[in-house]
Amino acid sequence: MSAASGLKETSLAGLHRQLGGRMVPFAGWSMPVQYGEGIIAEHRHTRNAAGLFDVSHMGQALLTGPNNATVVAALESVTPSNFAGLGPGRIRYSMLLTHDGTIVDDIMAARLPEAAGEAALSIVFNADRVAIDADYLRSALPSAVELDLPPDRAMLALQGPKAAEVLSRHAAIVDFRFMDIAPVNLDGVGCTISRSGYTGEDGFEIYLPADDAERIARALLAEPEVKPIGLGARDSLRLEAGLPLYGHDIDETTTPVEADLAFVIGKSRRLDGDFPGANRILDELVDGPARRRVGLAIDGKLPAREGAPILTTNGEPLGAVTSGGYGPTVEGPVAMGYVERAFPKIGEAVNIEVRGRLLTARIATLPFVPHRYYRRG
Amino acid sequence: MPTHYTKEHEWISVDGAEAVIGISGYAQEQLGDIVFVELPELGKQLKKGDIGAVVESVKAASEVYAAASGEVVAVNDALGDDPGLVNREAEDGGWFFRLRLSDPGELEGLMDASAYRALLAAIE
Repeated sequence: MSAASGLKETSLAGLHRQLGGRMVPFAGWSMPVQYGEGIIAEHRHTRNAAGLFDVSHMGQALLTGPNNATVVAALESVTPSNFAGLGPGRIRYSMLLTHDGTIVDDIMAARLPEAAGEAALSIVFNADRVAIDADYLRSALPSAVELDLPPDRAMLALQGPKAAEVLSRHAAIVDFRFMDIAPVNLDGVGCTISRSGYTGEDGFEIYLPADDAERIARALLAEPEVKPIGLGARDSLRLEAGLPLYGHDIDETTTPVEADLAFVIGKSRRLDGDFPGANRILDELVDGPARRRVGLAIDGKLPAREGAPILTTNGEPLGAVTSGGYGPTVEGPVAMGYVERAFPKIGEAVNIEVRGRLLTARIATLPFVPHRYYRRG
Repeated sequence: MPTHYTKEHEWISVDGAEAVIGISGYAQEQLGDIVFVELPELGKQLKKGDIGAVVESVKAASEVYAAASGEVVAVNDALGDDPGLVNREAEDGGWFFRLRLSDPGELEGLMDASAYRALLAAIE
């Protein structure tokens, strides 16, 4: 399939087919959109127990330099986040910004323990942005700092309220809090594990050599609480959790403030104003942006999809849906989109146009389903 | 009641001067969990190839075409509360709408069940 279709395959391609995965093209990869039971069952299983996702298509990168300060300064030069304050063993959500303050990609960056004479941040890019991100980052790096994209890596996500219990049978992860990351021995395989994910549930992301991924995936799937979950449920889970999808809800036309993701902008970075697009972004923080990403609570059962126009109740254009569909936990339509409001009012009635029909909806806070991250400990 | 199939994986089952339209078992399997079905209004005149209904799965919206021309004389109201009926009984209880055919001759050239099975075998 990989040769004929030109799509890349992860090291779990054989396992996906054996499990009845329906393979679809996604960001240049052949990935399972669902397995036999379907998206709704997979979505609910993840919220109720634990789901295993193959996310090996994500780009894993390593930024290395002589010491932490140098590596941090390099990454901070293209992001608005405070990585100087990121402790060893912690991972942070951030974004690469253009010089206009718009989003090149949203990323996860982790500070690994410092070894003698070398410091490193590990970074996860979106699959279809890897080449763009790498070029952009490299263009901004000083000579002492290098970006590597190690080949033959895999990435799994184990998500859901039973994820910690299941994973603790295979690896020492009981001490992990949300957004902790560490090297961990998982059934004899040297992995890196973070307590993080893209579902709104407690869960873990496991970074490991591609050659070991199938054995580890099979070991986790052998646990009674775990089922394989495809990209379809990954999308409905993140949508209910209010998490943006690059290329749909955020892109090179949107700023972090417009995307309502200003939490990525570090306090010290705001004071220093030393990040790409700082002038525009600092203005938007004070005066409000021209438009803002919001949740949309839609009456009835008809889903509104990407591109559906959002109108005021007087029929004036207000924006557009950027992601939408059916939320299996909400048991109804869920959507997010941009409205041309500096400070949108939660509860404001709007209309969304779907095939000529006007749906009634209200501007809503995100997420639709509360996050259940593990912050104790 | 002879049943014909289209290349778009719809079925049309002829009952005298009327015909019932739905999607095939293969089609519902490809769409996955169906969460909403938008049905045509009663009395609407559909021409062959017009959009008769829209099926919303978790992932996407898909159009269902009128396999023949006619007036909509009934719709499957049961799909309002239970769109999953299309997944469970695609070629039976999960029907979409009933037409009074304006030109039964349009059905010529559609596949019968065995020709449709051959098409599916070729796809898979």
